[in-house]
Amino acid sequence: MIRWLICAISLVVSAASAVAAEPGDIGIGYLGRAGLAATLSPVEQPAADDGVAGARLAIEDDNTTGKFLNQHFTLHERRLKDGEDAAQAATELAANPGFILADLPADALLKAADALRDRGTVLLNIGATDDRLREQDCRSNVVHVAPTRSMLADALAQYLVWKQWKRWLLVTGSHDNDKLYADALRRAATRFGAKIVEERSFEDTGGARRTDSGVTLIQRQMPVFTQRAPAYDVLVAADESEVFASYLPYRSWDPRPVAGSAGLKPVSWDPNQDQWGATQLQNRFMKLASRRMTALDMQAWTAARMVGEAASRANGSDVKALFGFLKSPDFSIAAFKGTRLTLRDWNLQLRQPILLADGRMIVSVSPQEGFLHQVSELDTLGVDRPETKCKLQ
Amino acid sequence: MTLGALTRLHNTQRNSARIARPGGCKPRPAPVRGSSKSEGGCGDATSFARAERSDCIVRCNPGEGDSPRIRSAETPPHPDPLPASGERGLTVPCAIAPWLRLAVSCAALWLATTTSSSAFIAYVSNEKGNTVSVIDTDSWTVTKTIKVGQRPRGIEFSRDGKFVMVAVGDDDTIQVIDTAKQEVVDTLPSGPDPELFTQDAAGKTLYVANENDNTVTAIDLEKRVRIGDIQVGVEPEGMAISPDGKILICTSETTNMAHFIDTATRQITANVLIDSRPRFAEFKRDYSELWVSSEIGGTVSIIDPAKHVVTGKINFSIPGLRSEAIHPVGIGMTKDGKTAFVALGPANRVAVVDGATHAVIKYLLVGQRVWHMAFTPDEKYLVVTNGISNDVSVIDVAAQKVIKTIQVGELPWGITMAQP
Repeated sequence: MIRWLICAISLVVSAASAVAAEPGDIGIGYLGRAGLAATLSPVEQPAADDGVAGARLAIEDDNTTGKFLNQHFTLHERRLKDGEDAAQAATELAANPGFILADLPADALLKAADALRDRGTVLLNIGATDDRLREQDCRSNVVHVAPTRSMLADALAQYLVWKQWKRWLLVTGSHDNDKLYADALRRAATRFGAKIVEERSFEDTGGARRTDSGVTLIQRQMPVFTQRAPAYDVLVAADESEVFASYLPYRSWDPRPVAGSAGLKPVSWDPNQDQWGATQLQNRFMKLASRRMTALDMQAWTAARMVGEAASRANGSDVKALFGFLKSPDFSIAAFKGTRLTLRDWNLQLRQPILLADGRMIVSVSPQEGFLHQVSELDTLGVDRPETKCKLQ
Repeated sequence: MTLGALTRLHNTQRNSARIARPGGCKPRPAPVRGSSKSEGGCGDATSFARAERSDCIVRCNPGEGDSPRIRSAETPPHPDPLPASGERGLTVPCAIAPWLRLAVSCAALWLATTTSSSAFIAYVSNEKGNTVSVIDTDSWTVTKTIKVGQRPRGIEFSRDGKFVMVAVGDDDTIQVIDTAKQEVVDTLPSGPDPELFTQDAAGKTLYVANENDNTVTAIDLEKRVRIGDIQVGVEPEGMAISPDGKILICTSETTNMAHFIDTATRQITANVLIDSRPRFAEFKRDYSELWVSSEIGGTVSIIDPAKHVVTGKINFSIPGLRSEAIHPVGIGMTKDGKTAFVALGPANRVAVVDGATHAVIKYLLVGQRVWHMAFTPDEKYLVVTNGISNDVSVIDVAAQKVIKTIQVGELPWGITMAQP
């Protein structure tokens, strides 16, 4: 009996090790940025597993598919500590997986990409919206799943123009990323025929985001900040740093809607998205993470599903072959946005519809009807092929 | 004004190029019927009496390149062939021998009876309205709207025709409508969020795709109990059963596969990878081919059910439409396998496909976001659901033309037709 048992156990062990050594094992890394961004709205405060929870769900989905193809996916998670070097962490993480989902600021992402270039590791950028990463600073081993600022701004501009809200009062925060978003909004206004009637800047003078004194002060500040503006239709705010934009709705001097960083926001995903079968995804996510799915979660989910999709289509686990499939014209991914998403071959940016959300509902989805393009209407969002500064090498 | 009415208004305005404006759809006087009615006896034809009562559901729905067809309460609501012959019979001059007049009215009565005897009943699930619309295919009018649970989608008659089963996803169950009472009388124990289902030829076992937990649930229809679960890919949706009942097909939308399941052992025997978001599966009656639509991939895959391989793919191309806007969903195939129809979702068209060569013959312009379809049992007509325009389009199968549009509830999704 004991001999039989030993025999059985050794059989199981050898079977398990055989499975582990199978070529069907595909590792995906997750490299998260240090610290969590603070938001003005308590509801929007990101959870500690923001992003990585989306990757975990995609790994589950990939594995459900993988069991029919003898493929297994594993997630290797790593979150940077404050001040830790991204390149070094990425190199350590890259010991196993051939694909790393990276939620890193632009400079750290470039460092990591360059450090991993010779290893053949592919980074999937899920967090940085900087246009320069897809333009002058583009890298041939980085796939961009996050939309760019210009894609977001164009999506918003198309809707505002469709709505005939063409006169914008643009208010911009004082941080670099706020200014970059304002650049994208200015470009969008020019492209789609909106007019910025005046620009104002909101200086971040530091201090606590919230105090016990509450709304009293803000209620006095915001009308003053927005008074004596030329006639305008919509107040457009560029405040990625979460300093003031969320204070604008209902407090502007003139009764005008707010868009951009508050009010009507262009986003790649929203907890309220329920179109095109998204309810199923939202339900699966809720079951796994006990909260609703954010844009970063969705960007991570999409990136990990892209690897899974490549693995099932190319029927293999070789990183080169999978990356080759991702870059081929045969690649597309379904991501609950009503259309197939594909990669722009000139800079490896994922084409995608952009949702316009007010925090409670999806108001609209861009590209808007009537904005045409000879290749893909999704290319009416962001920097298009003829304008690109990217040279992939 | 309801949200649905607003949507319709909005749609009408936005699509004025395709759908004639209300002004262009004015009811026209009926020249024939008035005079024929005065001839004793002839006006009693039951079908015409029904026509009098029918509501005015007017919308021009031209087929692509066709001149607009106009329907109203004043014009007989029949599809073309029957009333045309009926009218010919009735327009015999009054000044003829009484025996001839008698013969004519008898003929008219006979025509009318044959017309109504070929009437079928269609049940349409309205996803957003939480209702099921009942359509009489003789008068082509909605005769009843049945309140059901939350988010009704998959809908099918029981094999004996006595019940209609409708999956109400948000209530995590399948409701059973008694067709005699036309009301919900029972529920079936499906898994969470049932969407589409199929039943074996005997109508004894029901197989349900449960999108939320990656399973297919088997239900004993007589005892109305759950008898087993089968683990499949992510977001199971399309369900089909082979004509001999031995092989069950389930398509999973995020896994992008058609799973072949042995109904005896309830084990997966094969998996076939297909294009993105497979939505619907349909066998040819002779089991020679399995057709699966891929909503996001934009194709229909032809699968050899014996070898489990994709042997061909149907691509769709519509001038002026980007390929991303073509989302194949519902498939209908004639019993002889010669002609198939594929609903192309937001492309607002139904493709007519040659069943043998798999070549697209033509595209029929229907309502907005066309989703699923059902034939009348005599296969004369095909009715398709148009989700966004809140109506169904009636297609004359032989003529391959859209002949009528009927307004139903909010966001029509699925449709089933009574067996003869």
